[in-house]
Amino acid sequence: LPLAAQAKSAFSTDEGQTPYKDVTTYNNFYEFGTDKRDPAEYAGSLVTSPWNVTVDGECEKPGTFALEDIIKPHGSEERIYRLRCVEGWSMVIPWNGFQLSALLKRFQPTSKAKYVRFETLRDPKQMPGQKRNVLDWPYVEGLRMDEAMHPLAFMATGLYGKELPNQNGAPLRLVVPWKYGFKSIKSIVRISFVETQPGTSWGRSAPSEYGFYSNVNPEVDHPRWSQKRERRIGEFLKRPTLMFNGYADQVASLYSGMDLRKHF
Amino acid sequence: MQIREPYFSKVFKPAVFVLALTPLAWMVWGVWQDALGANPIEYVTRSLGEWALRFLLFTLLISPLRRAAGWTQGMRLRRMLGLFAFFYGALHLLSYLWLDQFFDWAEIWKDILKRPFITVGMLAFLLMTPLALTSFKAAMRKLGRNWQRLHTLIYPLTSLAVLHFWWLAESKERLAMPLVYAVLLAVLLGERVLRWLQRKMPLLRLELPRVLRRS
Repeated sequence: LPLAAQAKSAFSTDEGQTPYKDVTTYNNFYEFGTDKRDPAEYAGSLVTSPWNVTVDGECEKPGTFALEDIIKPHGSEERIYRLRCVEGWSMVIPWNGFQLSALLKRFQPTSKAKYVRFETLRDPKQMPGQKRNVLDWPYVEGLRMDEAMHPLAFMATGLYGKELPNQNGAPLRLVVPWKYGFKSIKSIVRISFVETQPGTSWGRSAPSEYGFYSNVNPEVDHPRWSQKRERRIGEFLKRPTLMFNGYADQVASLYSGMDLRKHF
Repeated sequence: MQIREPYFSKVFKPAVFVLALTPLAWMVWGVWQDALGANPIEYVTRSLGEWALRFLLFTLLISPLRRAAGWTQGMRLRRMLGLFAFFYGALHLLSYLWLDQFFDWAEIWKDILKRPFITVGMLAFLLMTPLALTSFKAAMRKLGRNWQRLHTLIYPLTSLAVLHFWWLAESKERLAMPLVYAVLLAVLLGERVLRWLQRKMPLLRLELPRVLRRS
């Protein structure tokens, strides 16, 4: 990939970037263990090539595609996004990849496609954390169609100009920067266009704590901690959390008229 | 099993004291050397809390050890272990007040009222404070029989500390460690309940081994 030639996106932030070492050693990826150091240690067992992605549901062109065919039609661009974890920490990460909307359009979703459902690989041999029932495997996430088609929603195949490390969700992951990090599902093997709101892994595990939308919102606390502030990795003082993680100008209109306390 | 004098007071006890300080030394060194991962503040806050809990359990282990193995000298370490629990607990609380909340007292108060895991954590520390304050010989003499009664607070406060850890980890499915502590606490408390039952009902003394075998 001619990464050096990548144009800077208008969506990128110019805030200081979190060091590569921290981005790749401090991860929540329960498929490899519940400790944040586990993914970096154990994700080596994940085989990312060959890799297939199945696209199904309410679309004209479903099928199972080799990863190369998923990626090939899209150029690669860099997006430097803030990432805010629901646990109260944040990073700034330069992702490489392409816009989710461009990918989804290729499969020609029908008018019945109201939501997009994403699924992570399920294979306890490659993902030892799946031997324990800490979550309902495989990991499932979802977006409303208009959220998925928003230009900020991104499919990452790399970070810092390098191939995406396994612990960060290789070979293909979602990045939705205005939502808490767990919405940005990793190591995707299935994309489904569906008519009804899909159940998500964290939503099923603790419905009172992890809603379907999970937009970053300093006004709506997590039941066990405040979401007003966050610790940017590498900083001593906490900083205030911004509405929609600082992307309110771009995405607030998606939720106009919605009670964000109810649809947390 | 006993350690000969003067080795117990001159070597063993000081060694336990130094050993009890190594977790703190490791944290200080780790912060200095940037060896605690991407989020050292979280690491320090969590470890301080875990060490407070561990020292509470060490403290609770002393009298069963005397009863089971006849190791009476342990009683001479108990106050020190209890005070280390308080020491790590106080540092854990300080790290929350300072590094997590930056002494924003309004937010802290809201946190205590609104979040059960903070409420029980605070309560555990609150109950531990009078125990630390009355851990000296003079206080023991002055309180007499009431000293013993006061210090049974260690049972509810350690239970609250385990609950504090449990509730923190619960919905993120990180229950492995809280479960370990809950089981250890259950064993330590269970031993006391059994002894209490034996005292109340002498007949049980004969029956108990069979009960134990069944479980």
